[in-house]
Amino acid sequence: MNRSFRILAAVATLAFGVALAQTTTIGVSIPAATHGWTGGVNWWAAQAKTRLEAAYPNLEFVINTAGSPAEQADDLEDLIAINQIDALVILPFESDPLTEPVASAKDRGVFITVVDRGLSRAGIEDVYVAGNNTVMGQVSAEYIIERLGGQGKIVVLRGIPTAIDNERFDAFMALVEPTDIEVLDSQYANWNRDDGFEVMQDFLTRFPEIDAVWAQDDDIALGVIEALRQAGRENELFVVGGAGMKEIIKGVMDGDTLIPVDVLYPPAMIATAMEVTALKFVSDVPILGRYILDSTLITPENAADYYFPDSPF
Amino acid sequence: MSAPEAVAPPAPAWRGALRRVPWQQLTPLLALVLLVVVGSLLHPSFLTATNLFNVLTRSAFIGIIAVGATFVIIGGGIDLSVGSMAAFLSGAMILLMNALQGGALSPVGVVLMGVGMVLGSGLVAGAANGLAITRGRIEPFIVTLGTLGIFRSLVTYLADGGTISLDFGLRGVYRPVFYGNLLGIPIPVWAFAVVAVLGAILLHRTRFGRYVRAIGSNQEVARYAAIRVARIRTLTYVIQGLCVAIAVVLYVPRLGSASASTGILWELEAIAAVIIGGTALKGGSGHIWGTVVGAIMLSLIGNVLNLTSVISEYLNGTVQGLIIIGAVFLQRGRQGR
Repeated sequence: MNRSFRILAAVATLAFGVALAQTTTIGVSIPAATHGWTGGVNWWAAQAKTRLEAAYPNLEFVINTAGSPAEQADDLEDLIAINQIDALVILPFESDPLTEPVASAKDRGVFITVVDRGLSRAGIEDVYVAGNNTVMGQVSAEYIIERLGGQGKIVVLRGIPTAIDNERFDAFMALVEPTDIEVLDSQYANWNRDDGFEVMQDFLTRFPEIDAVWAQDDDIALGVIEALRQAGRENELFVVGGAGMKEIIKGVMDGDTLIPVDVLYPPAMIATAMEVTALKFVSDVPILGRYILDSTLITPENAADYYFPDSPF
Repeated sequence: MSAPEAVAPPAPAWRGALRRVPWQQLTPLLALVLLVVVGSLLHPSFLTATNLFNVLTRSAFIGIIAVGATFVIIGGGIDLSVGSMAAFLSGAMILLMNALQGGALSPVGVVLMGVGMVLGSGLVAGAANGLAITRGRIEPFIVTLGTLGIFRSLVTYLADGGTISLDFGLRGVYRPVFYGNLLGIPIPVWAFAVVAVLGAILLHRTRFGRYVRAIGSNQEVARYAAIRVARIRTLTYVIQGLCVAIAVVLYVPRLGSASASTGILWELEAIAAVIIGGTALKGGSGHIWGTVVGAIMLSLIGNVLNLTSVISEYLNGTVQGLIIIGAVFLQRGRQGR
């Protein structure tokens, strides 16, 4: 009885081990959907999981969402201990607190793909996929400078005080400062519609003449537009947002004059990272390295390529 | 404030009148006046009707919620769930109206259905908080921290992680509720005023208001005085829920959308407005007009900071913090004497 049980257990363990060896588990750790852009990240991650698991039956994706850096570090431990992941695709909440947890996953032989926010120490990740915040600021600045002919008055609504926001803002200001365009003021609107509305109301009170608004983000831009409509000043200026929210891209496609363009910062980059990571386990093509996605200027001509009506963002 | 009595009568009465002025209660109002003076010095557009109405309209959401919070806090409770509740009710209201749009109802009928649903749901949500606290005998902090998380995740779920947007066919009909005027005064300001006046009457002129204060200052004594403590406390949360619902009815037409980031930290702003207004966090005493002043002050600080480039945008939070602490410090200092 006792002996046969032991044999049974040994066989079961062996069978289980073989099954594990045949399946490659890829952990995906992303921030919870707390605002529009992260909502897009969640949607694209789910899309990529469905597609990749159907295409490659030996791959399994486990998606975890976290509400804070500490929670994300806990998720990492669970992914390693419980799910026994072979690879990790992570969009770190913040760079500093997650560098060591990711490094320790790396030490245990996990293949690491980092998305969007780089880690604080070089050489940990095998693959890096990111948008380009500097180029996003530059593309926005170039459009506004060209459209205004190098002179005029603008206001800037910033995001949440973070490295991402600083990179965009600094790159934007570096191009705008040498021109005759005057930046009347910049204030934080926290990538939030309500804050965008209130900050813009106050800018409109304060400045009788504004030629353009750099809202940097599509959620902020939507708040800005309502404030402009309320003040009846929607015909005297234009607004440049960013990210690629479907409502804004639809507007660009339809030739909206208030928001004539959008600057892409695609939440779909999480799907790019998952696809690249999957290739590592299903093919021999070389994939190691850094993938920096363009921050494209979306105009009425190319908007259709970036319009995803099913995405929540 | 005391000017009429202060001039005419002879000296002793004059002194008496001056002594009767509740100076420590007036501190929030003095702080508000000071802010207005600073604002008008900083920018010529500050004192325009447009700007002042912008500020009052903005303060209406937090203000109306804070009127409800005044009852809860004076009754010795706390409600942390109001911001999440507002986000959830906004999302549910938009989804319901979108679903009804294009059916048998006219757009006005659809909006009225939405408003009715929100007011009803607000009452139910408030009652749920209240009953869990009084009948379930769970600390209000824990109950409402729990519902804070529940409402927030429900709205994220309803929105599929994105944003819930109101059908454009309904916006035209509903828009005037936020953007419209009555006698030159924006509708949300009227609503804020009406809620505040009704709240003040309920708190200061009815038996219910006296019971709330009695329970907040000493629940056991109130129980021996044959006050139905559980029922009265539950009702304060129901009032809070109704106030949140009224704020939502005014909020939705502003941007026509709700998402997981709607109403973030509104609970802290509402509680701050109540405390700045002179209500004791431990309960027992307080007044609605102080809460109104507190709510307006919070909006005014943000407005004044946006109207100037003197202070770096990195330091806005510091200035806000200092003004809030300062306003309450003055009050405490006088009461301590």
